[in-house]
Amino acid sequence: MSMKRGAFRRHAADNAAGYLFLAPWLIGFCALTLYPMIQSLYYSFTQFNMISEPVWLGLGNYIKMFTGDQTYMKSLEVTFKYVFLAVPLKLVFALLVAGIMNQRLRFIGFYRTVYYIPTLLGGSVAIAMLWKRLFSSDGVVNSILHSLFGVTPPAWIANPKYALYTLVLLTVWQFGSSMIIFLAGLKQIPDEYYEAASVDGAGKIVQFFKITIPSLTPVILFNLVMQMISAFQAFTQAFIVSGGKGGPLNSTMFYTLYLYTKGFYYFEMGYASAMAWVLLIIIAVFTAIIFRSSNSWVTYGSGE
Amino acid sequence: MNRKAKSLITASASHLIIIIFGILMLYPVIWLIISSLKQGNVIFSNPSLIPQSISFEHYIKGWSGVGRIHFSVFFINSTLVCLAVVACNIVSCSMAAYAFARLKFKLKSLWFAVMMVSIMLPTHVTTIPRYVLFHNFGWVDTYLPLVIPKLLATDAFFVFLLVQFIRGIPMDLDESATLDGCGRAGIFFRIIVPLSGPALVTTSLFSFLWTWDDFFNQLLYINTPIKYTITLGLRMFMDSSGQSSWGPMLAMSVLSMGPCFILFFTLQKYFVQGIATTGIKG
Repeated sequence: MSMKRGAFRRHAADNAAGYLFLAPWLIGFCALTLYPMIQSLYYSFTQFNMISEPVWLGLGNYIKMFTGDQTYMKSLEVTFKYVFLAVPLKLVFALLVAGIMNQRLRFIGFYRTVYYIPTLLGGSVAIAMLWKRLFSSDGVVNSILHSLFGVTPPAWIANPKYALYTLVLLTVWQFGSSMIIFLAGLKQIPDEYYEAASVDGAGKIVQFFKITIPSLTPVILFNLVMQMISAFQAFTQAFIVSGGKGGPLNSTMFYTLYLYTKGFYYFEMGYASAMAWVLLIIIAVFTAIIFRSSNSWVTYGSGE
Repeated sequence: MNRKAKSLITASASHLIIIIFGILMLYPVIWLIISSLKQGNVIFSNPSLIPQSISFEHYIKGWSGVGRIHFSVFFINSTLVCLAVVACNIVSCSMAAYAFARLKFKLKSLWFAVMMVSIMLPTHVTTIPRYVLFHNFGWVDTYLPLVIPKLLATDAFFVFLLVQFIRGIPMDLDESATLDGCGRAGIFFRIIVPLSGPALVTTSLFSFLWTWDDFFNQLLYINTPIKYTITLGLRMFMDSSGQSSWGPMLAMSVLSMGPCFILFFTLQKYFVQGIATTGIKG
């Protein structure tokens, strides 16, 4: 009896201590994540400008988005283009550089550090402003191109055909985090695999595709998901480069930039909430697709 | 001998490729720093990395500020916000991490799963209701919306990072501390916190840098120029001063990156640790 009571008391104390330490997070989660999510779902079915009470619209916002809002459709197009270009390019690039960096060389630690610098700085307003300067019509990129090839290149940032690609380039440039994760993955691959392969006469390139890539698939999956989620939410660079307007001709109107414009410029907060929920669904669907497909391309374990 | 020569050649080739490519990649940053030290404005379309003469005129002009606000004000504001965020994240995230990694309580695995999902959640689903909430509190145009969420461990990412680290601390230490009469709080303060040093440094480092570079939230909540942080100050520079003052703006951009550089080079190993254990975004 007394033992039972002791155990009970210990359990109660365990629970109390657990929830005491968890309290800040739990309050934060309920008040600043869970409740706002429910609230924004509700707003998404209303017309709401923060001054007057929300007016119920049903699916009105969602219907308008997909049938009566060309800028919205454009922002979807721009964002998808950006995600599908920037994420794969960044990962391929990060993997190649990680491959080069995974050698026993002098100064290799220093090299890795230097290669991380673009990632350290890349997300800042300062670099976005620099990018705008570099790729403007009289910018450095054009004066280099002009002196090398004697051509008159376009005004990259000011041209709706190319503006998005300058932002893709800016994203790919920040490959450092993915590189470090790939490097950590590369270190896990046992040397014996490569030794066995070279005994069998496989060259470096064959080894890369037959050993390195398959062994890294779990890391690739991880990087792919994380990079995709953050790419869908890209904001700062597009805002700075286009002066907050998503121009020229909405060619850099990223999804989140349009959401910000709707919510905090026009104060159409119901509409912006609906946009946020569609974004959530898009990200969830793509994450699910990637995880589903991963059964067929990700190999766990010894890789034999 | 032959083999040795061959490996020497491959190594040199690797060095060469890495260095050339590295310079190419860092060119924009190097160009930025050098151009900010050049004189006048025409030079900004000049790709050269060799300055004819060094001048601090852009720095002097930039530092004197924009819209009658001294640039140091933005620096001080950003530093204050960042330090507050670091302190809040350390306290709240280490508490939650200790609970998840060491304590036994009901629904623990449920909450842990919820926390992990919340890391992947796009922030925009909560942006508008949070804004309405903070607006109702009268917190808009103060730093509270930037800091208070951190006191409530909304950067669940760091909770995960710390959980991973705390799980690696031997349980024997907890047990012997219990025998010595330590309670759960005692274990937290005397064992877990002191031994989590590296993970806490990583948390502080990324908290600082992300807040320093954060644009979206600061844009949303801070409206009065005197309260502007660095990112908003730079943006004001860009908006208010046409083509004529690219120089001061680039100079201030360089300064704004200073703290990132210093932290990065002094605390390098914590960077790698943080990224490699949790796959920090970026």
